[in-house]
Amino acid sequence: MASLKELRSRIDSVKSTQRITSAMKMVAGAKLAKAQERAEAGRPYADSMERMLRAVAAGASGSAPALLAGNGADETHLLVLITSDRGLCGGFNGAIARWARQRINTLTQSGKQVKLLIVGRKGLGLLGRDYRSMIVDTLEDISKPVPTFDAAASIGTRIAEMFAAGEFDVCALVYNKFQSALTQVVTPAQLVPFAAVDEDKDAPDDESNGADVSYDFEPDEAEILDQLLPRNLSVQMYRALLESFASEQGARMTAMDSATRNAGDMIDRLSLIYNRSRQAEITKELIEIISGAEAL
Amino acid sequence: MANEMDNKVEFELVAPEKILLAEPVEMVVVPGEDGDFGVLAGHSHLISNIRPGVIHIFADAEVQTRIFVAGGFAEVTPERCVVLAEDAIAVEDIDVSAVESEIGDLNDDLQDATDDDARIVVEAKLKIAHAKVQASELQLYQ
Repeated sequence: MASLKELRSRIDSVKSTQRITSAMKMVAGAKLAKAQERAEAGRPYADSMERMLRAVAAGASGSAPALLAGNGADETHLLVLITSDRGLCGGFNGAIARWARQRINTLTQSGKQVKLLIVGRKGLGLLGRDYRSMIVDTLEDISKPVPTFDAAASIGTRIAEMFAAGEFDVCALVYNKFQSALTQVVTPAQLVPFAAVDEDKDAPDDESNGADVSYDFEPDEAEILDQLLPRNLSVQMYRALLESFASEQGARMTAMDSATRNAGDMIDRLSLIYNRSRQAEITKELIEIISGAEAL
Repeated sequence: MANEMDNKVEFELVAPEKILLAEPVEMVVVPGEDGDFGVLAGHSHLISNIRPGVIHIFADAEVQTRIFVAGGFAEVTPERCVVLAEDAIAVEDIDVSAVESEIGDLNDDLQDATDDDARIVVEAKLKIAHAKVQASELQLYQ
């Protein structure tokens, strides 16, 4: 059995770990509230843009730009993976990596080429060894201290440039969508060619059902699309970064909460052992004294 | 028709980060790419690009608010006018001296620009900066 001194130092070390995890939990909780606010504040822009894009796309006739219609090929797939820069957030990054592995397997098995653009240091750590040759680039510290639209726009522009240079045919974005502090959902979204998200199709209260009314366009569809489509990449990117950032804080908060609880359990257990051994020691000493006295 | 004139159009100015302004207005003039257009209630459906310029919000037939936008898109329906804006700033908040020194810097950049891509980026920024100065100096619709 460990000596009393050993036990004491173990209890102390678990206690200081617990202090760290509980501080991290509280920091993540505070950040989560703000991140959620930002994610919600960013929604109107993304929603309006999507509505406009759908309306213009429906009106666009004939030669639609490649960002909208695709370039006809389906050979090279670019996967944009959004992970975090820092760890200690439970299964947050693992979930993205798992999805990516599956997707890469399916794509390579059907003879497609895969390229990876990784946002966040942790994604590189998880996938770097197995898929080194597929990784185009890793972007770090994008969401530091918080995701900004400018940062998202730089990624969006980059994707548009890569597409223009013919470096890929299809582009999908994968991120952790924020559902609650406890749950994050790995969500893939196709960026190129543009695919309208149909999730609110059955919302009848949407006053302007996009494609139903015919819009006038100024200057014309093609020119609006030329500006709208690259912009949309940035907006999608920004939305994903915000969602992912909120998810990360939620995941970290949950992970740190259970770590704090585990540390508490461990301290209780160690304290019990410590107290018992101390008592045993005292009893032993008493017996020695008493038997010594009796022997006289 | 008279009834429609009394109506207001729901104006929304939205930045990627948040909604900057959402209020019913009498009339708003938006700097479209092919020229300014005014929006009253009952305007036909329209989607337009926006050039760097000033959004004028009218109340009682007078300009009430001037907001500079560097670009973006506008969606107009009979009830609403949604402007997705980049870099929106109230005209009275424009710091002309700061923008002018920015123009100086940009001109230097333009000289230093080696390839066409860089030049296009700087020229776009210059255009925005010039529009900003013009916006604060030239008060339209007085």
